[in-house]
Amino acid sequence: MKIGVVTFPGSLDDHDSQRAIRLAGGKAVSLWHADADLHGVDAVVLPGGFSYGDYLRAGAIARFAPVMDKLVPAAQGGLPVLGICNGFQVLCESHLLPGALIRNDHRKFICTDQRLRVENDSTAWTGDFESGQEILIALKNGEGGYVADEATLDALEGEGRVAFRYLGANPNGSYRDIAGITNERGNVVGLMPHPEHCVESGFGPSTDGLAFFTSVLHSLVDA
Amino acid sequence: MTDNIIQAPSTEGVDTVGRAAESPDVVQPWAQLGLKEEEYARIREILGRRPTSAELAMYSVMWSEHCSYKSSKVHLRRFGDLPAETPIGKQLAGIGENAGVVDIGQGWAVTFKIESHNHPSYIEPHQGAATGVGGIVRDIMAMGARPIAVMDPLRFGALDHPDTLRVLPGVVAGIGGYGNCLGLPNIGGEVVFDECYQGNPLVNALCVGALRHEDLHLAKATGVGNKVVLFGAKTGGDGIGGVSVLASETFDSAGPTKRPSVQVGDPFAEKVLIECCLDLYRAGVVEGIQDLGGAGLSCATSELASAGDGGMTIELDTVPLRDASLRPEEILMSESQERMMAVVAPDQLEEFLAITDRWDVEATVLGEVTDGTHLLISWHGETIVDVPPRSVAHDGPVYERPMQRPAYLDALQADSALGLTRPSTPAELREQLLQVLASPNICDKSWITDQYDRYVRGNTSLAMPDDAGVVRVDESTGLGVALSTDCNARFAQLDPYAGAQLALAEAYRNVATTGALPVAVSDCLNFGSPEDAGVMWQFSQAVDGIVDGCRAFGVPVTGGNVSFYNQTGATAIHPTPVLSVLGVLEDVARRTPSGWSTGGLYLFQLGATREEFDGSEWAGVVHDHLGGTPPRVDLAAERALADVLVQGARDGVLAAAHDLSQGGLAVALMEGVLRHGIGARISLSDNVFTDLFSESAARAVVAVAPEHADALASLCDEHGVEMSAIGVTAAEIDGLQIEGVDSMTLEELRRAHTDTLPAVFG
Repeated sequence: MKIGVVTFPGSLDDHDSQRAIRLAGGKAVSLWHADADLHGVDAVVLPGGFSYGDYLRAGAIARFAPVMDKLVPAAQGGLPVLGICNGFQVLCESHLLPGALIRNDHRKFICTDQRLRVENDSTAWTGDFESGQEILIALKNGEGGYVADEATLDALEGEGRVAFRYLGANPNGSYRDIAGITNERGNVVGLMPHPEHCVESGFGPSTDGLAFFTSVLHSLVDA
Repeated sequence: MTDNIIQAPSTEGVDTVGRAAESPDVVQPWAQLGLKEEEYARIREILGRRPTSAELAMYSVMWSEHCSYKSSKVHLRRFGDLPAETPIGKQLAGIGENAGVVDIGQGWAVTFKIESHNHPSYIEPHQGAATGVGGIVRDIMAMGARPIAVMDPLRFGALDHPDTLRVLPGVVAGIGGYGNCLGLPNIGGEVVFDECYQGNPLVNALCVGALRHEDLHLAKATGVGNKVVLFGAKTGGDGIGGVSVLASETFDSAGPTKRPSVQVGDPFAEKVLIECCLDLYRAGVVEGIQDLGGAGLSCATSELASAGDGGMTIELDTVPLRDASLRPEEILMSESQERMMAVVAPDQLEEFLAITDRWDVEATVLGEVTDGTHLLISWHGETIVDVPPRSVAHDGPVYERPMQRPAYLDALQADSALGLTRPSTPAELREQLLQVLASPNICDKSWITDQYDRYVRGNTSLAMPDDAGVVRVDESTGLGVALSTDCNARFAQLDPYAGAQLALAEAYRNVATTGALPVAVSDCLNFGSPEDAGVMWQFSQAVDGIVDGCRAFGVPVTGGNVSFYNQTGATAIHPTPVLSVLGVLEDVARRTPSGWSTGGLYLFQLGATREEFDGSEWAGVVHDHLGGTPPRVDLAAERALADVLVQGARDGVLAAAHDLSQGGLAVALMEGVLRHGIGARISLSDNVFTDLFSESAARAVVAVAPEHADALASLCDEHGVEMSAIGVTAAEIDGLQIEGVDSMTLEELRRAHTDTLPAVFG
């Protein structure tokens, strides 16, 4: 199974995402932001970082990258896509996911080991978890506050599309402690914490992140 | 004079070499540019005429204290007497290169260096600190390495001083904002508060990079006809004369400037530049490379040409500008960030430009390497610089500054802490333990360090608050490095020779505590004005201390930085020689963490405790006292302790190890309990106070599983290290129970430790 990882200028965690895919047993394929096609990959990870410097608004420029012209319709057609941190911001800017990510309520960048609760184990990226499971994932962001209007939030809750919730202190002021969401179909997932930093014992706070990548591989085999 | 910092001798166009030869009597603003009369005379002597205004600009920045090391050079030469060998291999590049490089085995090499950005960070904390990170990262890139981690030793005034409230948040946001965007994990450093840094915060930045041996690049312009290419950001009007105006003077002597002296950083541009440089190296299309930081184009052109074997021509009109009104002198002095200069063979230029294009990095051919002996720079077709490059880059003035042991030292050293009132009851001991734990220098620093990304790149094995940062270099073998930066300037104030050795010893010990074999040293020597004989004496003593210490440890000094003029009026900071030690781990999976994570482990103290409280945290926090003489330096004992720690890690004997330094055993035990919330029961000698608060060096506390206790005893026996059983870790104990001290719950310890910084900074 080939999983593409998009590198935008300013992407930082692209290599980590590739490593996580390899450790999960998949084949990582590097995609360039200016690529005109997706090189036949079976799923895509949009990694963390500061695409194009994020000087305007996180993810706002990346949304217009040539590779996104192909990725957006593919995701709408069911291609599994995981957006991590900056990738989550790109997914919201691209309207593949609702809502937006804004500056942390405390106005500081934060790097911490964050407990999460898995709320939905039926997406392409969460099948190897169980709903209600508590996991520990590295979190690091400056614009990680998830916001949406009340109707959208109610809809997300009602449809079970809140995929992950923060446990303990809310690290960034996200509404309703939301750490990650999915689209209706369950193939597109956006997550603020960084599972790709939690895939090897001795590096990162846990190995809980590996299940994201094994989940998608299993979902592709089952599909 | 006019209000321009560079005063043109004529208003009619540029000052050319021809015009300079014809008008020897023009009055030039050498003093405003920071040159001394005899230095100006020396420039005239070298050139056989007066310098042009552009040449004067170049000499003034390159002969500044920051670039030429004119006050420190005679002392720094003593580092060169050390063998260029590390305990595991050769030193591949040393002092004088952009950064030192050492062999770490398996075909890998590591380069690391620490630099100061103190003065810019005081003027403009956010940009000053940010561009400090950017500059040191480019030094590492210039060696052909991929930067893999950064660290930041920081020092501020008193915690509650308004100056600290202004400077600290900006510095931290600047380091985080820049480093996080570059994708470099921040794995450690220091945060120290002391009144002596009010008005003179110290912002030191360290970067470490890794490379294969064959990828090592040295910055030199060789090969006649090779092109000189400037790439990266456009040149702007920021950072004009930063090194001469900011770093080489005290502030009260800095004159007015029209353009800002602090550079403005763009971390995104630097991130792209890093990846672009690595692609250029991979493609093998650069002969030599040089970063542009302090002194900008003046530095890059003269240093590249000087290190090469010929001359160089540069057409200054071709430099891409952000501000078209910049004058040639300003272009030469601008310290605009995110720029690099490469020497490229003509037949590789096309491929070079294709790579810079792919990254959208602007690249411009400025000139070429010639078979001449001079650096020639033209502007609008006229020659405005014609100099022997070595005279600019290397043959600057060298001063043997007067030195004198400060008169106050005798009284200071006589005022020992041994006479201070000690706590006498279990309740008093407990109260003072918590007081020290909550003090600004001991308290939890996560308010600061949580603003730095420590996980990016996925190779971070240990980071703050562990004793040293550990990063993996090679994923296939687990080969990695450990780094620590340390200085207890209270000790250095009492005795700069011993203080420098204690700083070196602490960094060495911290690295060994992780299980890494210490192999090399870089330093950042922060001092007051070299024109003060007392400061120069402190400096010389510190250099001697480092050289003698490194010889005893068998490690070289591979590079570093000197920052002078850290003083307010006549009052200098404490001498602050920050020492960084690099260690090597053959497999980072075997590294020892500093905190224990399970109950049922035996706790041992390694090393001997003496009645040593002078300069201690206890004396400072409880009695506001600084006096006496620092703890005894015993380099052989440090080395023996390191041997035990390194072998103990390799043999899998140690579950945890924590160095004993500021705050002594008291702080190490409290931090041990707090790290993973596992309690401990401790039983010490009859002299509980001394056991807890003494800051004797060459000590560590280790946790071992019961079945490994004998193996540890044999190791200690073999190396002659004293080993004392002091207690056990116990998951069922809530906090810390020390015989003879009222007990402390985990919650009490946590509150004392973590509330201090948020109470001030929110």
